[in-house]
Amino acid sequence: MAVRSKRKIAVGEWVVHAYLAVVSLLFILPLWAVISISISDEVDITKYGFSLIPRNLDFTSYRYIFESPATILNAYKVTIIVSGAALVLYLLVSSMAAYALSRSNFKYGKAISFYLFFTMLFNGGLVPYYILMNQYLHLRNSYLALILPLIGNVWYIFIMRTNFRQIPDAIVESAKIDGAGELQIYYKIILPLSKPVLATVGLLQLLANWNAWFQAMLFIDKSELYPLQYLLQTILRNAQELSRGFENSMVSFTASQPLPTESMRMAMAVIATGPMLLIFPFFQKYFVKGLTVGSVKG
Amino acid sequence: MDREKRPGSIARFLKDLGGNLPLLLLTLPMAAYVFIFNYLPMGGIIIAFKNYRYDEGILGSKWIGLENFKFFFTSPDMWRITRNTLGYNALFIVLGLVIPVAFALLFFGIRSKTALKIHQTTMFFPHFLSWVVVAYMAYSFLNPQSGLLNVMLEKLGLVPVDWYIKAAPWAAIIPIAYVWKTVGMSTLMYYAALMGVDHEYFEAASLEGANKWQMTTKITLPFLYPLMIILTVLAIGHIFYADFGLFYQLPMNSSMLYATTDVIDTYVIRALRENGNIAMASAADFYKGIVGFALVLLTNAIVRKRSAENALF
Repeated sequence: MAVRSKRKIAVGEWVVHAYLAVVSLLFILPLWAVISISISDEVDITKYGFSLIPRNLDFTSYRYIFESPATILNAYKVTIIVSGAALVLYLLVSSMAAYALSRSNFKYGKAISFYLFFTMLFNGGLVPYYILMNQYLHLRNSYLALILPLIGNVWYIFIMRTNFRQIPDAIVESAKIDGAGELQIYYKIILPLSKPVLATVGLLQLLANWNAWFQAMLFIDKSELYPLQYLLQTILRNAQELSRGFENSMVSFTASQPLPTESMRMAMAVIATGPMLLIFPFFQKYFVKGLTVGSVKG
Repeated sequence: MDREKRPGSIARFLKDLGGNLPLLLLTLPMAAYVFIFNYLPMGGIIIAFKNYRYDEGILGSKWIGLENFKFFFTSPDMWRITRNTLGYNALFIVLGLVIPVAFALLFFGIRSKTALKIHQTTMFFPHFLSWVVVAYMAYSFLNPQSGLLNVMLEKLGLVPVDWYIKAAPWAAIIPIAYVWKTVGMSTLMYYAALMGVDHEYFEAASLEGANKWQMTTKITLPFLYPLMIILTVLAIGHIFYADFGLFYQLPMNSSMLYATTDVIDTYVIRALRENGNIAMASAADFYKGIVGFALVLLTNAIVRKRSAENALF
């Protein structure tokens, strides 16, 4: 590029940077607001409203939550159990199916592919599903009701199938000559060779599992089975939920010193989201890959 | 294997089955899951034509023909939820195309790797949040007593707004939340598609005297066309399916906001869980399922005709 135009381009680039900096600030603002409110003094909040910079730093909300952490710890426990179990089950079941569908000598591959794919085009809707889970399978208020709805993603099976097909046939054939069965080939050859795609799909699923609240809303009434996100939902809708778990706590709430509702709500959101928000951005590139790899055709 | 084609068809079927059994067994868990949790509910859509009673079950309840639909299609709700679902989704398709493409083109012009990484990450993090958490963020702005927006309005000497009661502003709040949560992810997808652009094009173009704007619109942008088409077609096919979390969590189910926030999905949930109105819920559900299915098939057929390689199936 000519030397002459260098300064002009530099100016243009600064304008772009300045613009993007403003956009970035706007994007951070909601997160900033939640954190700031969570460390604001409740008296200030009642008097002046929320503020982006706390007038007086106050960690009372966090102290209260950490002094009687039973509710949030239980929600963490439920979320970890559900996310983990659903992830392992899903990776196992879907990769097994994907392997079978990837084999060109599988006679029923086309039919089963269509059988699975059709569920992405049409579904019976929520009402029959709701009745099935509650009235026929009697899964209401059980861990299964939280886990099972999370393992039905058919889309990734096709992504895995495309990936498995790229493994040279010669490898599979030579294993067969050595006397390996399909299960052995799947387990000993295909899975180890497919770690990248399994990691990608696993990560995407894990995030979805961690953030799931819909199945809890439909099938759970018992508070000891609330996952994190659903606990957050109930607390936001009903401040009374906050005081649950504090009945037996050492701190006593009186009219003169009520529960700091607003800042505690936000503190709950921070505690529930924080760890994940710190971990996941490191895996950004996987999320893009997950959406762009492979096609469903064939 | 060809030698043995002779035996009768049953024997041949059994032999095929035997040969494919190991692979068939590998697909069995997923196939069984899909049968129970997807295909059984598909059969359950007959509820829409029945007077469903819990004690009589799906098969035992009485057929009542189109009675449920008569109620649903004559209620004002039907028009409202259809309008909102289609209207918002149409808007989302436009916003979800124009804004991410613009940002991807901007990102492409940035040479500083660090700056790029910072901008991408700040725009991307909302993708990791659930709509529940986004509802907390919305609440911190919209809370009528202490929300940031009302605090600001009061400082400016303006009248504060009761955001969870006034429906009109939500026509803007919903799209803003949508863009905020999704634009980072979409931008990253478009940006990734630009990684394949060969820099020789730009060198040749600048030798010919092309300016930056010309290079962007004539070289960079066309690289994005295929992805733009695929994503838009997919979105059009799903125009009947609302992003449930957005419409359910952010307005916090405030009945004063239904005019601008109620979509088919939220309507079904409410009829089912809060009003226990299986008749209305199943009719709306059936309506969504059938129209949605038809739209997916239709868009796919059109795409297949124009450019087969972009068709979904």
